[in-house]
Amino acid sequence: MKQKILSVTAMAAGFAAMAGIASAQEVRFMCSSDGNECEVYEDVLRRFEADNPGITVAIDVVPYQAILENLPVQLAAGTGPDIAKVTDLGGLNKYYLDLTPYIDTAYWDESFGATLDWYRAGDRQGYYGMHSQLTITGAFINATLFEQAGVDVPAKGASWDDWAAASRAVAEATDTPFPMAIDRSGHRVAGPAISYGAALNGPDGPTLSDAGFTAFVQQFVDWHNDGTIARDVWAGQGGATYQDAAQEFINGELVFYYSGSWQVNRMVEQVGDLFDWRVVGSPCGPAGACSGMPGGAGIVGFEQTAHPEAVAAVIDFLAQKDIYAEVAARTSNLPAHLGIAEAGVEYEGASTGAQAALNAFAGDLPNVAPAAFWYQGYAGNRAMFGITVERVSQAIVGELTVEEAIARMADDLAAAMAETS
Amino acid sequence: MNRVWQFITATRGQGRMDWTDWVTYGYLFLGVFLMFFPVIWLVLSSFKTEADIQRYPPTFLPYQQERVMVDGYDEPLPLYRITGGAYEGQVLAQVRRVGLQAQMVDPENPAGGRVRVDTDQREPVERVSLAVENYTGLFERFNFLRFFWNSTFITVTSTLLTLLVNSMAAFALSKYQFRGRTVVLLLVIGTLMIPQTVVLVPLFLIVTQMGMFNSLWGVIIPGAATPTGVFLLRQYMITIPDEILDAARMDKASEWKIFWRIIVPLSAPAIAVLAILAIMWRWNDFLWPLIVLTRTENLTLQLALNSFQGEMSTEWSSLLAMTVLTLLPIAMVFMFLQKYIATGIASTGGK
Amino acid sequence: MLTIISPIMRIIEIPMLALQRVLGIHRFAWVFLLPNLILLCLFAFLPVILNVAYSMTSGDNILLEDRPYVGTDNFTRLTECSNHFDPNSCSEDKFWRAIWNTLWFVTLQVGFMVGFSLLTALILNREIRARGFFRSVFFFPVLLSPVVIALIWKWILQRDGVLNAFLDWTGVGGFNWLVDAEWAFAWTVFLTVWAHMGFYTLILLAGLQAIPRDVYEAALMDRARPWRIFWRITLPLLAPTMLVVLVLALIRSVQTFDEVFAFTGGGPGTATTFIIQYIYERGFAGAPRLFGMASAASLMVAGVLVVLTLVQLWVNRRNVDG
Repeated sequence: MKQKILSVTAMAAGFAAMAGIASAQEVRFMCSSDGNECEVYEDVLRRFEADNPGITVAIDVVPYQAILENLPVQLAAGTGPDIAKVTDLGGLNKYYLDLTPYIDTAYWDESFGATLDWYRAGDRQGYYGMHSQLTITGAFINATLFEQAGVDVPAKGASWDDWAAASRAVAEATDTPFPMAIDRSGHRVAGPAISYGAALNGPDGPTLSDAGFTAFVQQFVDWHNDGTIARDVWAGQGGATYQDAAQEFINGELVFYYSGSWQVNRMVEQVGDLFDWRVVGSPCGPAGACSGMPGGAGIVGFEQTAHPEAVAAVIDFLAQKDIYAEVAARTSNLPAHLGIAEAGVEYEGASTGAQAALNAFAGDLPNVAPAAFWYQGYAGNRAMFGITVERVSQAIVGELTVEEAIARMADDLAAAMAETS
Repeated sequence: MNRVWQFITATRGQGRMDWTDWVTYGYLFLGVFLMFFPVIWLVLSSFKTEADIQRYPPTFLPYQQERVMVDGYDEPLPLYRITGGAYEGQVLAQVRRVGLQAQMVDPENPAGGRVRVDTDQREPVERVSLAVENYTGLFERFNFLRFFWNSTFITVTSTLLTLLVNSMAAFALSKYQFRGRTVVLLLVIGTLMIPQTVVLVPLFLIVTQMGMFNSLWGVIIPGAATPTGVFLLRQYMITIPDEILDAARMDKASEWKIFWRIIVPLSAPAIAVLAILAIMWRWNDFLWPLIVLTRTENLTLQLALNSFQGEMSTEWSSLLAMTVLTLLPIAMVFMFLQKYIATGIASTGGK
Repeated sequence: MLTIISPIMRIIEIPMLALQRVLGIHRFAWVFLLPNLILLCLFAFLPVILNVAYSMTSGDNILLEDRPYVGTDNFTRLTECSNHFDPNSCSEDKFWRAIWNTLWFVTLQVGFMVGFSLLTALILNREIRARGFFRSVFFFPVLLSPVVIALIWKWILQRDGVLNAFLDWTGVGGFNWLVDAEWAFAWTVFLTVWAHMGFYTLILLAGLQAIPRDVYEAALMDRARPWRIFWRITLPLLAPTMLVVLVLALIRSVQTFDEVFAFTGGGPGTATTFIIQYIYERGFAGAPRLFGMASAASLMVAGVLVVLTLVQLWVNRRNVDG
């Protein structure tokens, strides 16, 4: 009997969802997290609900895959959520709700400055997204291994070559399996490539095949072949699959790990007392730049929402200085909010190590090249990331030579541009 | 021991092991190792802490470092066994580590002061310890029962629907002569050729048009009419002798009654096979629910499980615990239904 | 359960009987067929028709009405090669790499799958102790979801994995299995056989049990050798079941995707990228999403599968016609 009642309830629930019955101003927020972001949003938004009776915010925590692959399909079909935390910032621009009529644009300009551009595309130049998590790529080193090996840690401004030589020396002296590793991601290698002279946004439009990019790919492949870089990361996967090397680093098998600010928490928790590690930012390249790559996720509203005002109110609430600072502190993220960044964030419950690491990453932001900022905001960057990973991997495993890979990248990019124009 | 040996060496009744028996048991135990060991290891790993999961070399059992409270220190300190140097053989608690040196204190005698030990002359004292928080955390973090209910509702409803619809179609395709029968059969089998991935977007648009987005029915209905099921049941029903049907028709039984009272009971074993398959498919379904269901109140266990996979990192400890919890019900269903499967397929093969 | 369903069935019988009077017995078959057919039309045939439409459009828009018509351009681009045996000479090199990989994979995997399933079924058919337990053990991996299957084996095979820890311990030394193209491919075959063998084993086991005992007893009376019994009695009588296993194994082998994608991601390079993954990356995961290309590729694969299936049904026509 109880069974029966339950099933009737469930059916009722099913039909209710089918008919789209919802409370007066219910805002659905699609969220995926790498840590505790969604939980923290849920918590601070309870306060928003208390201040704004009549608006409820429901947070739907979904796998990241759902946001990356399914959200665009849902938006195209008109069934998207009201708010989402997205990473394909410019790519989804055509679905974004312009917040301009609902917010204090002067405050937004002053607080978020350049990151607002990442959400803009073409002639849609309004206020769309609040960059909630700023990330920057950079390197972690195992300081204990350096100490053991008696090798000096290269000074600030050292080049990729210097770091490669030092890491090899340390690995050799301490019998560590891998000197270096870089996450398998087109985003991660963009900073180094810029430092090697890649323009990315060339005179004839976006390019992955100029001399600078080629030079980096050649160097990258060579490092894989001579054992400087761990093959597992790039050669152990196919397609455009993301792969990190955090496990190797945490187990003390890796001297130099190029990843980004989002790994800090994981390092703090999992390295624990095994060894000392440090954040050293992005090494420099022959082109003179020492660029990392900015990135992160932001919160956007969608035009198809039934409650644009409520959506804007929610996003604006999260953009307010005190709330933003609190969220950044509790989620251990770098703030994209300029005012907060200037004042510095007291990371909640963070160890001194974590605080220092996050500050080191924040301190590296001024080194980010303009090309990197452009790349992060370019709507077609996901296509370029994917092409990079696929073709460079093929060059690494020997399916293609570097020249062939570069030629294929040019073809792929041309084809992608033709399809999206 | 003797009894165990007797059990193992039991052969085809002749009481003596010949070489084929040795090969048989060798193969079987190899099979148990290959098939079962990974699963057992999965279960054990779900009790490991996140750091322990990532550790190399991997351990079979979940370990955690022992910690003790020492007078004068607020936090419990980790214990190390000293393997070299002046304090060799002692068990000391580490206060802190600076580079290659660790400051240690004797937990029995904290007043004795701190001593310095090289980090390569100590190894952690560990004991087996279950990280039950992986499991309890799941219940705190989200509405596990709700997801469980959604999964169960989808699985049960969809399976019942599949069984009914498929067995009706199979009956028509096996026991009636009508024009277009072969064409229909070929079309049904033809749909087997289309992998789900390929039609995901068109299917999504259709389901959305029908208003089943974010509804459990959007998962239940599109997957109900499985071509595999029709084919499987049809091949089985063919073997049922026509005479039984003719006799029933003589007795003025309606066609529906013949289906319900004769065909279905006689096909019970094949239907049991389809039942277990359908249950398995729906319970483990991921890609389709991922696109149709986005609201927390509608999520299934498989979706919740995968929400531990973020953009940059995966929370393995929670994901594994969730996997084990998701696996348990389906494993139990299988154990309950497996004897029907064996007889079911046996009868399917027997003409 | 039955007490709930029986009255429902009896109620349904009333309109059914009326329908039967109107239609007559033979046309009444359509009544049984209809629910399944409607669902299949809506959720299987209609998407395929849409798929055909998509294959003739380009761009990265999702809704069909926003997509420009390009005729057979997608098919032309997919098949454009100066030498079809060398993927590097094709404009869609990844498509052809996937095709050749799939071909090799299917050839190897179906062979191993059927071979080991048969061996396991024969062994499980012997008079052994705890037969139910052993049968369950071999079936258990079938219950695991693809993500879990891939996860387990990745742990075992990664450089820091269990297998290498074991090999280190024995002194053989570890090997970086998933970074080597040939090994990764071999492990992919192994993984899929591991995951699905139980399913086919059970079907074959059932087929074996259906062989009448007295046939064997007669053979034993004649002092026939076990090997001869297998070739002359077991295998011929098992032929119909074997065919079912072959058909299913072939279709599912061509459609291998989920567990391999989670396992190697198709790597190293493109060594384990199979055709469904190509379609998935073109139309879904990649950017831009080229649904047109993905749809065209899927239709080409479906075409090949339909031909193969028709051949199999023709060979097996006795069972199809009933």
